[in-house]
Amino acid sequence: MFRYALKRLGLAILVMVTVSIISFALVRASGDIAIAVAGEGATNADIEAIRHEYGFDRPLVIQYLDWASDIAVGNFGQSLFFKRPVIEVLFDRMPVTLMLGFISLGFAMLLAIPLGTAAALRPNSIIDRLCLGIAVLGQATPSFWFALLMILVFGVMWRILPVSGTETWKHFVLPVVVLGYYVIPAIMRLTRAGMIEVLEADYIRTAKAKGLNIGTVVFKHGLRNAIIPVVSLLAVQLGFMLGGSVVVETIFSINGVGHLALVSIERSDFPMIQGIVLILAILYILLTLFADLLNGWLDPRIRVS
Amino acid sequence: MSEVTDRKTPTVGEVSVEAAPERLSPRRLLYYRMQRHFGFKVGLGMLVFVILIAIFAPLLAPYDPYTQDLPNRLIQPVWSDSGSWAHVLGTDALGRDYLSRLIYGAQISLVIGFSAMIISGVIGTAMGIAAGYFGGRVDMVISFIILNRLSMPVVLVALAVVSIFGNSLFIMIMVLGLLLWDRFAVVLRSATLQVRSIEYVAAAEVLGSSVPRILFRDILPNISGHLLVVASIEMAHAILLEASLSFLGLGVQPPLPSWGLMVSEARQFMFFMPWMITIPGAAIFAVVLAINLLGDGLRDVTSPEGRN
Repeated sequence: MFRYALKRLGLAILVMVTVSIISFALVRASGDIAIAVAGEGATNADIEAIRHEYGFDRPLVIQYLDWASDIAVGNFGQSLFFKRPVIEVLFDRMPVTLMLGFISLGFAMLLAIPLGTAAALRPNSIIDRLCLGIAVLGQATPSFWFALLMILVFGVMWRILPVSGTETWKHFVLPVVVLGYYVIPAIMRLTRAGMIEVLEADYIRTAKAKGLNIGTVVFKHGLRNAIIPVVSLLAVQLGFMLGGSVVVETIFSINGVGHLALVSIERSDFPMIQGIVLILAILYILLTLFADLLNGWLDPRIRVS
Repeated sequence: MSEVTDRKTPTVGEVSVEAAPERLSPRRLLYYRMQRHFGFKVGLGMLVFVILIAIFAPLLAPYDPYTQDLPNRLIQPVWSDSGSWAHVLGTDALGRDYLSRLIYGAQISLVIGFSAMIISGVIGTAMGIAAGYFGGRVDMVISFIILNRLSMPVVLVALAVVSIFGNSLFIMIMVLGLLLWDRFAVVLRSATLQVRSIEYVAAAEVLGSSVPRILFRDILPNISGHLLVVASIEMAHAILLEASLSFLGLGVQPPLPSWGLMVSEARQFMFFMPWMITIPGAAIFAVVLAINLLGDGLRDVTSPEGRN
């Protein structure tokens, strides 16, 4: 287990380094940053001074190493718009995005895992067909459109839910449903596939033959094994949702990282954009690392291969 | 990532295996199974319908999609009290005919979806086959590249790139094409690994076939089923992403009649004129649904279990 964990950790660090290089290169490709920092109405002398002060006139490799060593100690630079350290702004906005992501994932699991299990118990039954219908329709619905439809129905026609802001728990109902529905089809399909496979296994037949009741067989012996592939999917989906929160946060006026990303792009606030891309990538890498380690711990076969 | 190769995933209208007549050639058997697959037929029918609309848009659209007519702005559609047949779906905030814009929007979705799918397909297939066939160091490097690609959120990277290089149809296609190859690479890598260990590949190697010949004549035809399925998934994915980015104002530029852009432009009127967001949204939904049904159907009819 220790060797597996060490190997996996090394890989995660390598990926982080590559992602940081890409993120650095992307911003440098956007044009002369000194001009962006100087703002409108700056003279050539001002731009030259800024270029020297920020060190943009040094070789790129040196600039990257300098920047990367700052990142490593949590210094993401200064936001051009907020005139505050990027990391501070990120800390302000991160909690609401993370909360939205985790609640949505919880909501999706609560719906998708029982439905997927039920579908697997009776393949081709009405409930299986229903789940399939939900998955097929759900995967074809654009999330921004779904969000607007929810606003029309629950906010305008029935007037039972608020449609913007984060003041009460009610404000979170629609965003959670929209963000959660996004990942329900994938979780449901994987739970169903895993469950069908597990239920065919010999140890399930043995458990049934011993006369254990069907609930114990399904939940204690079946689901525990079927859930292993779902664990890695969840980590991937959570990272995916952090990206998808751009749309949801913008529509429901939630002041999180997703919305911040969009307005930072509109404001050309490059240190902010760089910080967001990096922090979300790092989060995703950590999540998949965690999922892999959890999987290796749950299923010894993985850590050997 | 095994969702494509996973035959246990349910689909609309499973192929009934037992009824297939015996001794059909593989091609005839494929057609036979396509004809009997409900989801496949519905998806194909819907997609052909949309493609025809896109091709014949100049003939079908009653007005030019760009001509503004400010005195006639925000006209109601024909089913409301003040609507008329002159503008069946009414007009938008600039007086442009909504039906005409909807019809031309099919061109944009299909062109972006198809082009992005081709670009990402070429990149991903090349990487997947190379990793699967050569293995060893090549596989290690390619797997590492895939891992890097996966760790960057698509929406954010697309937003950042568009904000740097500006937004146009061409840039949209390039961004999506260069971002969406991961599934091709992952699925085709494992498909190639499976095919590679089959005897005829070894036979071809012993016979002295050149590597390109083995890749194109022996490997590629045998993983084409997986390739088509992933291609359909990624085309649908590209269409959805274009719509989302255009909705956020960072996709294709106005005045192009992108469906995502139409929803975005109509958002301020949605409380009084809800059809202005429901109609273009439903169009995106229908196209993506059609492609997904077609892809699910393809997976069923090409899967070996169904073959006699």
